[in-house]
Amino acid sequence: MREQSPRQQGPRPSRRNLLLGGAAIAAGGLAAACTSNTDDGDSGTKPQAGTLAGDNDKAGKQVTIGFSAPAADHGWIAAIAKNAEEQAKKYSDVTFKPVEPTNDINQQISAVESLIQAKVDVLVILPNDGEQLNQVGRKAMDAGVPVVNLDRVFPDHLSYRTWVGGDNYGMGVSAGHYIGKKLKDKGVADPVIVEIQGIATLPLTQDRSKGFADALKSYGFDVTAKQDAKFTVESGNQVASNLLQAHKKIDAIWNHDDDQGVGVLAAIKQSGRDEFFMVGGAGSANAMREIKAGGVLEATVTYSPTMAASAIKLGRLIAQGKGMADLVELQVPQSITLASETITKDNVDRYMPLGFES
Amino acid sequence: MTETSQGSGGSAPRTPPEGREADGPDGRLVSLAKRVPVGKGPGGPRPPAGAGAAAVRGPGEIRHLGLAAALVLLAGVGLATQPENFATSGNVVAILVLAATIGVITVGQTFVIIGGGIDLSVGSVMALASVWATTVATQSYGPAVMALCAILVGTGTGVVSGLLISYGRLVPFIATLAMLVAARGLAQRMSDRKTQLIRPENDALVALSTTRVLGLPLVVYIFAAVAFAGWLLLNRTTFGRRTFAVGGNPEAARLAGIDVRRHTLALYALSGFCCGIAAIIIMARTTTGSSTHGDLYELDAIAAVIIGGTLLTGGRGTVVGSILGVLIFTLITNLFILNGLQTSDQLIAKGAIIVAAVLLQRRGLRSPT
Repeated sequence: MREQSPRQQGPRPSRRNLLLGGAAIAAGGLAAACTSNTDDGDSGTKPQAGTLAGDNDKAGKQVTIGFSAPAADHGWIAAIAKNAEEQAKKYSDVTFKPVEPTNDINQQISAVESLIQAKVDVLVILPNDGEQLNQVGRKAMDAGVPVVNLDRVFPDHLSYRTWVGGDNYGMGVSAGHYIGKKLKDKGVADPVIVEIQGIATLPLTQDRSKGFADALKSYGFDVTAKQDAKFTVESGNQVASNLLQAHKKIDAIWNHDDDQGVGVLAAIKQSGRDEFFMVGGAGSANAMREIKAGGVLEATVTYSPTMAASAIKLGRLIAQGKGMADLVELQVPQSITLASETITKDNVDRYMPLGFES
Repeated sequence: MTETSQGSGGSAPRTPPEGREADGPDGRLVSLAKRVPVGKGPGGPRPPAGAGAAAVRGPGEIRHLGLAAALVLLAGVGLATQPENFATSGNVVAILVLAATIGVITVGQTFVIIGGGIDLSVGSVMALASVWATTVATQSYGPAVMALCAILVGTGTGVVSGLLISYGRLVPFIATLAMLVAARGLAQRMSDRKTQLIRPENDALVALSTTRVLGLPLVVYIFAAVAFAGWLLLNRTTFGRRTFAVGGNPEAARLAGIDVRRHTLALYALSGFCCGIAAIIIMARTTTGSSTHGDLYELDAIAAVIIGGTLLTGGRGTVVGSILGVLIFTLITNLFILNGLQTSDQLIAKGAIIVAAVLLQRRGLRSPT
């Protein structure tokens, strides 16, 4: 073959090319072997949903719960879906009907419409955007399907039966109280308090900052400097590296988000500073491990994805026509705002099972 | 290697200490004019562009002086506004460490742009490499394999982009845009959109950012080594001269006997390789691999290359200029945070600087030397 038409066949692969090719294939094989990401150990996400105890949790009428949430773009949203599913699995009287998670508004609208068509007994919806999903929430309510609105609120009260979600202002307040009280007790006058925000343009970030400033004010303190990061590890690292240079002595740092906090902690470690303490936000499992280990990160204030498990519980009660056992009323309340709890070394073990892998 | 400046086109050649920069007041036109005839020649294996690039060099130095002056000016602002905090060794180290990641990527980007291409995928390739190198499986092999994995993944994706562009005949903008999207997606899929921490047993990798030699963390030395190697490769080797030739006039380069397609492939592989090294630095700095790393790095890298005086259409540029560009951007971020200003103002300042730099370059092109 080669002798007949060596020119058309192209040059014969040289030894160098063969070696290069072989090396490339070997490298590819090596790299491919490295894609596995399952851990045999215990660091995988544990079921985080609540336990079953009270009368309300005894099996009742069979209900189907439809569930729609955005596609996970970070650990928190992933934990939302996982928590909802885990909780639903615990009930023998619940059929859990999730739809494909999506970040596309149109797709989420049609997904929820398909759940209405399927005549589920109750819908649990975490909308991509409360404003834009409002119409479809209303449609479900009009069709007689009660809606449990999770976290991002529909503007129209007629669009949901019950809202359950977190408290961004409250997060700031909790962090402010922890820092304010601690510095007051230490007797620090005129402390340097640094705040590392998430994405500054989001209303939730502004709510958090306002709560923080308001709570600090009640101790007579102010935020010395605040700077926005982007909720990412890398941005947290960059902003913290620079902030540490801007302030030679810091008394306390509040960082809005535990995931970006990984980068902040790395920057602190690299600078070798430890004259201050830090408070996180959200309540990731990793932050809890850091708090437990002791170090700069002393506390974190929660914005817990366990709210999805609670929403499933509430949805089931609504569909079965039951109320909440600890309230006198016979029906589930219209709105529930979760408290932002402060996790410290003292109570971290209790919260650890609720932490999410960010 | 010691070519003298033949064909003294247009400008009075100076002899800068740095050797041959491919800049000139009329650099591109002149070098093109020179390259074409050379290319039509006997077509020996020797690339023709080195001569053309070497002939017009002086003003490159002037531009570097301009960039250095801008750095000095920014440093002056820092000294004036934050006298106690700015000129500390801690702050200088912080600036260099922050510049390291984007700096290494910018070196690769400089080669690609001089070679007439563009690599939009750098940020997401770095994210992919960092995620791939921190999977549970990779981490089980220890820090050396993690570093190797990051470099292999970076180079591998670079090769894929390069193949699509050189042999698949895709426009670089499109091919690397596709890679930007796809690599980020793969990184998200692989990490399940979670942040992957480097485990305590692999702390040797993190030590790159905490271990200091002569007061500087090791990542700064990596940055310096990559920058120096890039400068050598571009200015002192055949590979570098071929890069100028391919970027300046690919047809002439082909006629001169350069395998343009293979060279283009090599340029994208080099850019990917740099992304792999940047992934190691970012892992050391943040102690994590994450699909969110390197967000918008492509724009930062391209902006740094452009204000460093490299022509976006290729054929002319310097590594030194790009590094100065990176330092200017890092310094701006540092100054803004030191003074407690918000990110939005910082973005406006960066935009203004890009425009100012390009306007100044155009002026420099017109005025006689």
